[in-house]
Amino acid sequence: MEKLKIVNSTYIPLRNENVDTDQIIPARFLKATSREGFGDNLFRDWRYQKDGSVNEDFIFNTGKYSGKVLVAGRNFGSGSSREHAAWAVYDYGFRVVVSSAFADIFKNNCTNNGLLPVEVSPEFLEELFSRAEADPKTEVTVDLGAQTIKIEGTSLSESFEINGYKKHCLMEGLNDIDFLLSITPEIEAYEQAK
Amino acid sequence: MMKKTLFDKIWEKHVVKEIENGPCVFYIDRHYVHEVTSPQAFAGLDARGMKVRRPDLVTATADHNVPTIDQHLPIKDELSAKQVKTLEENCANHGIEAFGLNHKHQGIVHVIGPEMGFTQPGMTIVCGDSHTSTHGAFGAIAFGIGTSEVEMVLTTQCLMQRKPKQMRINVDGALKAGVTAKDVVLYVISKLTTSGGTGYFVEFAGSTFRNMTMEERMTVCNMSIEMGARGGLIAPDQTTFDYLEGRQQVPKGADFEKAVADWSQLFTEEEAVFDKEYHYDAQEIPAMITFGTNPGMGIGLSDHIPTADEVDDTEKRTLAKALDYMDFREGDAIAGKKIDYVFIGSCTNGRIEDLRAVAEVVKGHKKADHVTAWIVPGSKLVEEQAIEEGIKQVLNEAGFELRQPGCSACLAMNDDKIPAGSYCVSTSNRNFEGRQGPGSRTLLASPITAAKAAISGVVVEA
Ligand code: SF4
Repeated sequence: MEKLKIVNSTYIPLRNENVDTDQIIPARFLKATSREGFGDNLFRDWRYQKDGSVNEDFIFNTGKYSGKVLVAGRNFGSGSSREHAAWAVYDYGFRVVVSSAFADIFKNNCTNNGLLPVEVSPEFLEELFSRAEADPKTEVTVDLGAQTIKIEGTSLSESFEINGYKKHCLMEGLNDIDFLLSITPEIEAYEQAK
Repeated sequence: MMKKTLFDKIWEKHVVKEIENGPCVFYIDRHYVHEVTSPQAFAGLDARGMKVRRPDLVTATADHNVPTIDQHLPIKDELSAKQVKTLEENCANHGIEAFGLNHKHQGIVHVIGPEMGFTQPGMTIVCGDSHTSTHGAFGAIAFGIGTSEVEMVLTTQCLMQRKPKQMRINVDGALKAGVTAKDVVLYVISKLTTSGGTGYFVEFAGSTFRNMTMEERMTVCNMSIEMGARGGLIAPDQTTFDYLEGRQQVPKGADFEKAVADWSQLFTEEEAVFDKEYHYDAQEIPAMITFGTNPGMGIGLSDHIPTADEVDDTEKRTLAKALDYMDFREGDAIAGKKIDYVFIGSCTNGRIEDLRAVAEVVKGHKKADHVTAWIVPGSKLVEEQAIEEGIKQVLNEAGFELRQPGCSACLAMNDDKIPAGSYCVSTSNRNFEGRQGPGSRTLLASPITAAKAAISGVVVEA
């Protein structure tokens, strides 16, 4: 897993609320047996029209926005446990997702893949949207060590929560499996006592 | 001493190790695996040169991606065929029991687990599928996980978990005639919204749930994820024990008696405190249907679609977008809306009691000419039983098609897709945009409501 410490980037504002995992990656694209290539189908049915042509109205296709940070409306990632959703967001090039609320499983899936979910207040989220709408070149700096997100060129910043263990894993690029394997004797002892 | 909830009791028994300021190491008793969310996990094990730690605790089936007609023939879709084959190879390679295509116990993972008695009270159960919450109906901690976590459990039988907050949803009283478990859960989600349970594990309590059969309880727990909760559970009781007795994986004789004695300890102590609690009166609950694009957008069959004035400010955009997608207008009655498809199946409502309820409604009637009605049993056993009980015959006479087991049009990964623009009354659990096929429009409801719609060709009031 890639280490994640500080991300400074422009961002894509996706105002939609309650974006579910079927929107992030529709089920018909879950047939792969590897983790790669899901970014091509991120928000597939919003990026493309029914006839396969590009939907010019969708924020990703307007040519105005890019960056390593996705800013989305409240309750992002609800629905299915498909980790493919987190893979698709990551594979598209994002390293941070910002919203005012995330679905639980999606959040776990993000941190297990080097993707940082940042939960901000509804007011801060609104600032992010309106600033980017006014100026698509607006940048944010997300500092995982300090647990802050700052809108560059303004005095606006906010701190966010993340549990210490997950933070450590993300910053060092560590995986839960390595940790769990390192305590195998304790797992064995638990099984014997059971 | 702090009084314990049912959840606390099961949780505590499964903590292998506490980590300061972090999640705990949490032991898993049963791991269900299917073809879509497992290949990358097995690949991870192979890359480490490791074997599955406890293949005896893993149960695999092929369900999400399988065809529901001509299952004996090779799968035509190359990618689907590859996923199903990869699962078979991975299971063979790691010594995991697999109920793959054409096995007599194949079916939707959340249907076959309970059916065969793998799911038991007091267990911790996971699967790379959010509807793992279904198994909570037995008084188990059951929840969906991502593929990285599937890999963790295959490798170590453990997960890193933080204890969630706890919520209790109490429903008391007798349900009105024609109101089912599905209506109860759709009602609760419509009250709580799809994020109302985020961060919580839910216990369903009260006489309404106590009076439900196990299959009805599974329908309720199945959809706890739709309110954002990780899972939901119901304390085991005599109904649970009677359901389990004699099933393949359940202890027999004196061992069963002993198990029942243990399971009987699994209840929430009086005065135990929940982080949040809700109370509903069963008499207030109507037969429900959804009009929008998330499962929280449910209304009674005789209600109208809400207007922008009737929803919270934060939901106005979602409502407008949903109505645009559904091509519905605010304020319209839902009853009378013309429909094109009916899908009866899924891990929510694809069990034998659901099929019986449908048969009872359609017996002696014919489906409307313009409606396509698919019935997809949750498992081979359900299918067999439907044939034995004469349900298949009743359904065929009414013009319904009984297909073979799988997830089918619940998520439309196989060929069972609802065409763009068409309306489908579905007994499944999600009505997201495109869930049943690109452009499909889903109305979630109970099997009874779906069956009536198939006959009338429109949503009917009662
Ligand atoms: S029936 Fe639907 S909800 Fe259930 S496991 Fe299959 S795809 Fe998921």
